[in-house]
Amino acid sequence: MWDALDDFYWTYQSLIHAIGVNGILALSVYVVLAVGQLSLGQAAFMGVGAYTGALLSVKFGVPFGVAMLASAVVPALLALVVGGPTLRLTGVYLAIATIGLGEITRIVFLNWDYAGGALGLSSIPERGGVVAIYGTLAVLLVGLTLVARSRVGRAMEAMREDEAAAGVMGVNLPRYRLVALVVSSAMAGVAGCLSAHVSSFIGPNEYGFEAAVTILSYALLGGIGSPLAPVLGSTILTLLPEVLRPLADFRLMVNGLIIVLAVLFMPRGILPWRIARTG
Amino acid sequence: MTLLTVQGLTRRFQGLVAVDSVDFAVQPGTVHGLIGPNGAGKTTLFNLVSGVLAPSAGSVRLGDQPLDGLPPYRRTALGLARTFQNIRIFSEMTVLENVMTGLHTRLSATWGILLRGPGFRAEERRAKAKARDLLAFVGLIDAADTRAGDLPYGDQRRLEIARALACEPRLVLLDEPAAGMNPAETHALLGLLRRLRDERGLTLLLVEHDMPLVMSLCDRLTVLNFGRRIADGTPAEVRAHPAVIEAYLGTGSHEVSVSRGAAS
Ligand SMILES: Nc1ncnc2c1ncn2[C@@H]1O[C@H](COP(=O)(O)OP(=O)(O)OP(=O)(O)O)[C@@H](O)[C@H]1O
Ligand SMILES: [Mg+2]
Repeated sequence: MWDALDDFYWTYQSLIHAIGVNGILALSVYVVLAVGQLSLGQAAFMGVGAYTGALLSVKFGVPFGVAMLASAVVPALLALVVGGPTLRLTGVYLAIATIGLGEITRIVFLNWDYAGGALGLSSIPERGGVVAIYGTLAVLLVGLTLVARSRVGRAMEAMREDEAAAGVMGVNLPRYRLVALVVSSAMAGVAGCLSAHVSSFIGPNEYGFEAAVTILSYALLGGIGSPLAPVLGSTILTLLPEVLRPLADFRLMVNGLIIVLAVLFMPRGILPWRIARTG
Repeated sequence: MTLLTVQGLTRRFQGLVAVDSVDFAVQPGTVHGLIGPNGAGKTTLFNLVSGVLAPSAGSVRLGDQPLDGLPPYRRTALGLARTFQNIRIFSEMTVLENVMTGLHTRLSATWGILLRGPGFRAEERRAKAKARDLLAFVGLIDAADTRAGDLPYGDQRRLEIARALACEPRLVLLDEPAAGMNPAETHALLGLLRRLRDERGLTLLLVEHDMPLVMSLCDRLTVLNFGRRIADGTPAEVRAHPAVIEAYLGTGSHEVSVSRGAAS
């Protein structure tokens, strides 16, 4: 009896954590999609943030705030290096470069003995928790809503609709692309750090291509008409497997089917409402 | 002093020379027409001047500022604006938001966007008022909150003009602003363009197939055919120019005044 309750409590707890963390990840990919780019590197940025934060906590015992800050800065620097050369170009270059980045970071984590190699890092101290996760999510939601309702939000939507026309309207396209990627990678890094500090263990295979596609699907399902939409998408996709648990073996299939149907019949996402672009 | 100077401007597409060492100059406060049969290279020339395409050779100056190698957004900041032949409004945005997007380089908010202090709010208010003024000027104020993509065709063209004016330009490039407009709309457009020149002192470079409009509005004309400049002068001079008559006859129309291009 107690075991069952305890079990339930822990499942519940980690689900609440996951919904918050995935909400932050959904917002991170939203920032890139909002300027008309496609990133498949969000999982890699998340992994870099997770390893940065976890290593600082485990090996150096730094305060959690410092670990959080570093977990935003390190992936941001990485994004700067990846984004610099690719963002001058248009089209799918960023998507391809970020797929490569994901593979490279996975191999580095796998072979980096100091960071536990294939075994990953364990005994990460429990920090932050629900308060830090949802606090971060709330701050980002408010911040991105304010950005949407300003000249920057207008420029971003203009880029997404018609990049050449946006450039002619005076939008500095390379700079907007780069800042979006850097901000987005910092957000994913923070999500990684938060999640590492509530799960006590991280491994090199958690941040691969599959995770990147899952993060992208949050925004595809929810939509990108407003910052709320991708968070709704991630919440549904995080809850869905739990709700479908009774279906046992069919769970993954039904889960996939729901995503496919939603994308087919709701190309603007579940929440197509578009936020106003004036302040 | 000359506002726009185009020298030896050339653009090749594989084998085709779409714009072939074109020279001309636009004087401030004038409406300068750029005409020529379909495929003459007018839109390509606009793309070269606005920085959307890179030239194969030649140079462009705005005032005494060389524009060569500058990306479009820098040219906009320097006072260049344009509209597109194949309408390119931001159709998901409202009409007002479209015009406010044109104000991008004239607004400076950065951290204020997150802090929402009085400075930010005042700037945003000013931007909105300015955009509404422009919409009133082109006659679209009642549609300010409409989704831009839902506007009728002629209104979308006027929206593009308002959005270009929001860039606070010295020179506006208009690519077939009357295409797809009915005679009443075209007449209103003529009045609008006149007011831009006469009341606001703006300089316009106009590509247009509607010859009555071109002839009655333009102070000066440059004529292109197969990428080359074949004539340059006042409307009267150009109309009488043998090469021009030849070029327009060659395309199958019997008079300069009947050639009208399909939007591409
Ligand atoms: N991106 C491109 N690639 C290849 N060829 C092009 C390209 N853009 C234009 N052209 C060609 O260059 C020539 C000039 O085209 P352009 O659109 O500048 O003509 P135009 O004078 O604007 O004609 P219209 O009056 O029909 O609008 C045409 O033969 C066109 O097919
Ligand atoms: Mg054209």
